[in-house]
Amino acid sequence: MFVKQISVFLENTEGRLEELLKILAQGGVNLLSASLADTMEYGVLRLLSNEPEKAKQILKDAGFAARIDEVIAVVVPDAVGSLAKVIGMIHAADINISYIYGLSIDGEGAPIAIKTNDNAKAEKLLNAAGVKTLGMEDLV
Amino acid sequence: MIWNEAKECMSRDEIESLQSARLVKVVNRVYHNVEYYRKKMQAAGLEPGDIKGIEDLDKLPYTTYQDLRDTYPFGLAAVPKSELVRVHASSGTTGKPKIAAYTRRDIEIWAECVARCLAMAGITRDDVIQVGYGYGLFTGGLGAHYGAEYLGALVLPMSTGNTQKLIDMMIDCGATSIACTPSYLLHVAEDLEKAGLVDKIKLKSAICGAEPWTNEMRDQMESRLHIKAYDIYGLTEMMGPGVACDCEYHKGLHIWEDHFLPEIIDPTTQKQLPKGSDGELVITNLTKEGMPLIRYRTKDLTSIEYDKCECGRTMARIQRFRGRSDDMLIIRGVNVFPSQVEAALLTVEGTTPHYMLVVDRVDNTDTLEVQVEVAENVFTDEVKSLEKLSKAVHDKLKMAIGLNAKVKLVEPNGLEHFDGKSKHVTDKRKLYQ
Repeated sequence: MFVKQISVFLENTEGRLEELLKILAQGGVNLLSASLADTMEYGVLRLLSNEPEKAKQILKDAGFAARIDEVIAVVVPDAVGSLAKVIGMIHAADINISYIYGLSIDGEGAPIAIKTNDNAKAEKLLNAAGVKTLGMEDLV
Repeated sequence: MIWNEAKECMSRDEIESLQSARLVKVVNRVYHNVEYYRKKMQAAGLEPGDIKGIEDLDKLPYTTYQDLRDTYPFGLAAVPKSELVRVHASSGTTGKPKIAAYTRRDIEIWAECVARCLAMAGITRDDVIQVGYGYGLFTGGLGAHYGAEYLGALVLPMSTGNTQKLIDMMIDCGATSIACTPSYLLHVAEDLEKAGLVDKIKLKSAICGAEPWTNEMRDQMESRLHIKAYDIYGLTEMMGPGVACDCEYHKGLHIWEDHFLPEIIDPTTQKQLPKGSDGELVITNLTKEGMPLIRYRTKDLTSIEYDKCECGRTMARIQRFRGRSDDMLIIRGVNVFPSQVEAALLTVEGTTPHYMLVVDRVDNTDTLEVQVEVAENVFTDEVKSLEKLSKAVHDKLKMAIGLNAKVKLVEPNGLEHFDGKSKHVTDKRKLYQ
């Protein structure tokens, strides 16, 4: 039960992010979350939408390199040390975390997106420990 | 000072009769000793007897770097390997370098040619000269070194890579001259200025070559370091640096016509052009033993002046280079062909052939940026994979062309797509204007 993330390659030039977001807005895509991993010269923009395929197609048509990847949307309980516990469980299972970022989705706890080298195993062990994860149907 | 007045100031008639005699000899040697040349001449219906002097030069087939590639490494050697004492090389269009092989006499003639150039720059046995060209397969270091020793100057074989040491020894040993690339000398000037050491140096002259440079760069060197700067020209295939050099009148580069026979051709029709025309410089080795080249196409675009120079020399003068008839770039003294870059990029897993080379000169140092499109097939959601791609491109290029390039990943379709490979290059240096 993963969520589909759209990632886009962006040159680090003035106004490029705005252009991209306008293109998506014109295509009627609703964004639920956005995170930018930036370097000196380029960035990787990671977006969540309830219409990921549509978003990807719009971006492709506009000439962007875009792709869809699955990430785990973890609902981290709203308590001190919860995130450390979640990460600790994944780490203990020898799973590597590629990146994490916070999701701006309404609901209980603090939802975060986690990309690992073994999402299936990570989600299973989190669920087994009582940590809730979200699926596409939860993104509204 | 004129090093060899008997040769450097010959009358035009004397030059031409010497060239004719030497051309006949070298054509005979390559015909009888180099199968590749014999076949080429036979294919053109030529026998050595058909070449009676320089008036017959245009009957001979050209030699190109493709010929060097086809005969790599020793296919064009005109003497047994036991007679060869050295090899130098410069980069070619593909993985294989262009090599030159020398006999002991070739090395001596080379040294004398360089000595003539150094003398032209006012250098004598009383001078202390730093050689700041790389030593090794590149002809710059050893070529300048042997010439300076032949002249009797005191040589400091600095090679490249350690500017601090070069400056320290320039001051400590009282260097009065330096041989290096023009862009490197300007870099040295900047370091000297920053350290407030310009007053401490005794430099009087610089002999700069291995890359094209502008009059503006000469003005800068001369005014910032209080020196006289001279332009030395050469190419590995013919010998190395010292094929030609400019005198204090800066009216073109005197080419040593007793050893090198220059002509200008139309690169498109491949026909020899009358004296004074603009076109591609073609040179024939008149005295080289190891690997003499007949009508080698340098791809450098220029013209040649034959009138006597104010300096007293009669040797013809190659005029300002106006560009290249191929797409070779000279970056920090290194010959780079876009095809090498393309070949290197294709070995990087995941890259597309869409790339652009951007060459510029920032603070007098050549910079090379390679822009590579991140197409959908190479894009990933992880920054570390993209960084790996950048590093792979950088490393492959370093291996292929020996230069550290800045790799810039750009969006797909961020580069204009062309069919011709020359459009893969943007040279912002304006070297030929």
